[in-house]
Amino acid sequence: MGQAITVTVNGEKRSAEVEPRLLLVHFLREKLRLTGTHIGCDTTHCGACTVLVDGTPVKSCTMLAVQADGQQVTTVEGLVAGGVLHPIQAAFKEEHGLQCGFCTPGMMLTSIALLKENQDPSDDEIRWALSGNICRCTGYMNIVKAVKSAAVQMKAAAEVPAATAAARS
Amino acid sequence: MLPAPFEYHAPRSVDEALDLLDQFGDEGKVLAGGQSLIPLLKLRFASPGHLVDINTIKDLDFIEERDGTLRIGPLFRHKAAERSSLLASRYHVMADAAPQIADPIIRNRGTIAGSVAHADPSGDWGTVLLAMDADLILRSKKGTRTVKARDFFSGPFSTALEPTEILSEIRIPAAKPMTGGSYLKLERKVGDFATVAVAVHLVMDDGKVGSAGIGLTAVGPQNLKAEKAEASLEGARLDDAAIKQAAALAAEAADPKADHRGSVEYKRNVVRVFTERGLKRAYERARGGG
Repeated sequence: MGQAITVTVNGEKRSAEVEPRLLLVHFLREKLRLTGTHIGCDTTHCGACTVLVDGTPVKSCTMLAVQADGQQVTTVEGLVAGGVLHPIQAAFKEEHGLQCGFCTPGMMLTSIALLKENQDPSDDEIRWALSGNICRCTGYMNIVKAVKSAAVQMKAAAEVPAATAAARS
Repeated sequence: MLPAPFEYHAPRSVDEALDLLDQFGDEGKVLAGGQSLIPLLKLRFASPGHLVDINTIKDLDFIEERDGTLRIGPLFRHKAAERSSLLASRYHVMADAAPQIADPIIRNRGTIAGSVAHADPSGDWGTVLLAMDADLILRSKKGTRTVKARDFFSGPFSTALEPTEILSEIRIPAAKPMTGGSYLKLERKVGDFATVAVAVHLVMDDGKVGSAGIGLTAVGPQNLKAEKAEASLEGARLDDAAIKQAAALAAEAADPKADHRGSVEYKRNVVRVFTERGLKRAYERARGGG
């Protein structure tokens, strides 16, 4: 028995009829064919399926699709803007923040939420924020480096327009 | 993994939710943060016919001190507890526990009340509420009743909560001056269940112990209240001998099972050590330190 939902995914309104038992991750992967969100453990442990729901990291294997009705969901596919990588993506690439890449979408989305709240996180703060995301290649050193590097880039990018505006006034 | 089929309901008010629960009886289940319930549904350990999602009800996400009572709403999430300056300044046992629940992503959605209603013997919040001598407000279509935390838990995943009821509020006596607390948890890694954890909530009165609450996690069929240890401290000066005696009594109250996290002797010893350390830390905080 279907239930009608409308979810804004990566800025685009998507409507569908779904069974109430359908998990958000299945809605994204199977209904919308957004397969960048990975299913890892399927038991709420690994964080591979993490997406942002109204800006907050959520394990999409542990939320029903019907619960996302009327909400904003961001997946890894929503990070590229106009063909340009998001600073977190560029930093993961530059710093070798991935090996097999399976955990990477979840790592990046959790990192984005961290950097929104904390523009200059310490190594400890990054590790703490990412402690719900498991990298089975154990490539944590470079993941932390990548988040730090993205923080620097994003801070600089935020300061440039502000400085330009200040110079103009 | 997919849960078994169910009907989903998103009520707009508590009254509407209670009507639904009354109608469904044993087949109804409340969905709050879902961080325990959804995994249970996926593993098919639970397969209710109807889920009543309370996330769509306004004003259930609150924490406030009013009329000498700290009140916590059913949608108050772990993350909010972790960030609460009220808890950090006056309710140390809760502030200590919050960042040790599961992992940061689960804390974004999971709720204190949901965790308590789920009643996992390895859950942390039940232990904290036992130490704080909390009251649980259970509301159904027929009315409201108040159950003490110590009367709420009845076994693994079993509580006094009826299927037609919602845990509508948690009430804790407001912290008096000279109150201190701590929550010490041993876990193998972030996100694992506790091997052992001990909650301490201490109220000093004129240099002596006014009241001491001690709760134990993961060392029995449910969260335990170490009542003999608590009683041994009441009215006592909190010297090394009193602390040692209480810690020994808490270890006796523990009833752990051996598993891959440790032997019975090991876990009981951790209870003893954590009770000692927890009392010392709580005492320091009650006196305005740490």
